[in-house]
Amino acid sequence: MTKWKTLILAAAAALSLAGMAAAQSINAAGATFPYVIYSKWFEEFRQAHPSIQINYQSLGSGAGIQQLTAGTVDFGASDMPMTDEQIAALKVKPLHFPTVLGGIVPVYNVTGVSQDLRFTAETLSGIYLGKISKWNDPQLVKDNPGVKLPADDIVVVHRSDGSGTTFVFTDYLSKVNPQWKSQAGASTSVKWPTGTGQKGNEGVAGMVKQTPGSIGYVELIYASQNHLTYGMLRNSAGVFLKADTNTVTAAAAGAAKNMPDDFRVSITNSPGKDAYPISSFTWLLIPSQIPDGSKKKAIVDFLNWMLTTGQKDAAGLGYAPLPKEVVTKETKQLALIK
Amino acid sequence: MASSTIPAGTATQTRGIWSRLRTGDEVAHLVTLLFAASVVLMTLLLLIGLWTTSGPSQAKFGWKFLFSTDWDPVAGSFGALPFIYGTILTSVLALAISVPLGVAVAIFLSELAPPRLANACAFLVELLAAVPSVIYGLMAIFTVVPLLREYGEPFLKAHFGYLPIFQGPMLGIGFLAAGLVLSIMTVPYIIAISRESLMAVPRDQREAALALGATHWESTSQVVVPYARLGIFGSVFLGLARALGETMAVTMVIGNDPSIHASLFASGYTIASVLANEFTEATGKLYQSSLVELGLVLFLITIIVNALARLLVIATSRKGTGHSA
Repeated sequence: MTKWKTLILAAAAALSLAGMAAAQSINAAGATFPYVIYSKWFEEFRQAHPSIQINYQSLGSGAGIQQLTAGTVDFGASDMPMTDEQIAALKVKPLHFPTVLGGIVPVYNVTGVSQDLRFTAETLSGIYLGKISKWNDPQLVKDNPGVKLPADDIVVVHRSDGSGTTFVFTDYLSKVNPQWKSQAGASTSVKWPTGTGQKGNEGVAGMVKQTPGSIGYVELIYASQNHLTYGMLRNSAGVFLKADTNTVTAAAAGAAKNMPDDFRVSITNSPGKDAYPISSFTWLLIPSQIPDGSKKKAIVDFLNWMLTTGQKDAAGLGYAPLPKEVVTKETKQLALIK
Repeated sequence: MASSTIPAGTATQTRGIWSRLRTGDEVAHLVTLLFAASVVLMTLLLLIGLWTTSGPSQAKFGWKFLFSTDWDPVAGSFGALPFIYGTILTSVLALAISVPLGVAVAIFLSELAPPRLANACAFLVELLAAVPSVIYGLMAIFTVVPLLREYGEPFLKAHFGYLPIFQGPMLGIGFLAAGLVLSIMTVPYIIAISRESLMAVPRDQREAALALGATHWESTSQVVVPYARLGIFGSVFLGLARALGETMAVTMVIGNDPSIHASLFASGYTIASVLANEFTEATGKLYQSSLVELGLVLFLITIIVNALARLLVIATSRKGTGHSA
């Protein structure tokens, strides 16, 4: 009796081991901003392809690049394109696949102002440089006719934690303001000329909410999920518009004509009258050579699925979907995975 | 030393060791020695790890790292001074509030309060010590910071505004808020340990003082508290250690601005906060190793503080009543 039991147990164990071996487990790590949609994608894809399990750790873009460099993950994810220096550190060159887009919006708390405020490249960079320090600055008054701006001091709030959001925001400021470029530059953390730092979107939003006269910047998805009011920005075509999934996608479409073949491109201050100026891709970083055939097939299948079916999930979760031009171009890049 | 006898060769010796092992003394000695050695080993490994990982930063900046006030990840220029300043200032501020408060509460609880009240308070104090720091941080953001902005800082500015430490814009967040939160976080430790050491003062010490004609308060302040001072010092240094290393609650209220301001209303930064904020997204060897070197600096600050604590204890026990604690 016990002999039979042991035999059955052993057989069951062997079978389950075989079952595990047949399943393809893929590990990835990186950006936190797209985590919500990535976890939904990986789950939906697993339901469609039960043998493929993709595990994603949202550790931050920097950590994603590090883990890819160290070879501890099958692919990485980042809110900013890898630099040449970072790519040089990799044995296998990575391919950048944009997945969705995000926008960054200014949030503020100005006493007596309930309308959407209008900002331009000049006023926003002036505020963050500390050159515009009062809400009734003539430039702000000129851009906001009919709004009674108080004579209060502007309290500048920025992110204190290293973040892709800060990278995109400072990338925009660097493009539109030469002084910002030379003084602070664009990075996940910069040397802020003025203001106080708060951790995370929630920290910035919380500080702005309770501090009269303050201004901060948060991700569009965070602002819309929490029903925050946010300002309009003037884009490179001179049109004031609010960020939403349409205007952010339009920014990518505007940049698509001049898109480099490796997709390493910043789309802040993008051309086009519908293009929201502080927009960005987020990327998957896929090694260009995947020796394991079944793993390669699983990853390529996923990318194909992500570029077609997956894109339909984006808008519902607050992410802007890729424009058609970019999807077509990315589909071609799939052939480069060897 | 004991281990040197083990590998020795002859049979009689072996039997001797075995019989000694059986009694348990040797086993207990070896096992505890091993565990004690692991503490030393961990500290050493930590130090070596921090030292080697921060190599690129040490090579590039040398001693200048400690004195530079520049922290510019884009330009790749890193200096620790604003973080050292913020760490020490907020900790000192915290202790300036929590030591008098904590010791006074401990004296009340152990000497003056009715036992039932004292026990209830002691229970609450232990509860406070167990609250996670992120809860204190949230509490600080939603209550301490608005109160400071609306009432505390305007009051200080109106009455003591001539002092440079109470000048500048009043945002609520900054050194003062961080110091206050840290004081709230350290006070339970100071109360709990100080109270324990006050209660450990032998009864005859008090009775002797009273018999000599001292009042209750004279006996407390001149006999009981000095007798228990080593324990009280211990509580203060434990509080200081917590304040130096506290991360989340401080990050949430200090403003995270790496610059040195005299005003307590201004935003600052601490070492633990910058590590929590920037390490995950730090790209590039130099940036990362600079952050690790900050960790090394914090480690050294802790060692120096502990060494000073030892010196203080030695100095005071020499001139004091000379008992052993």
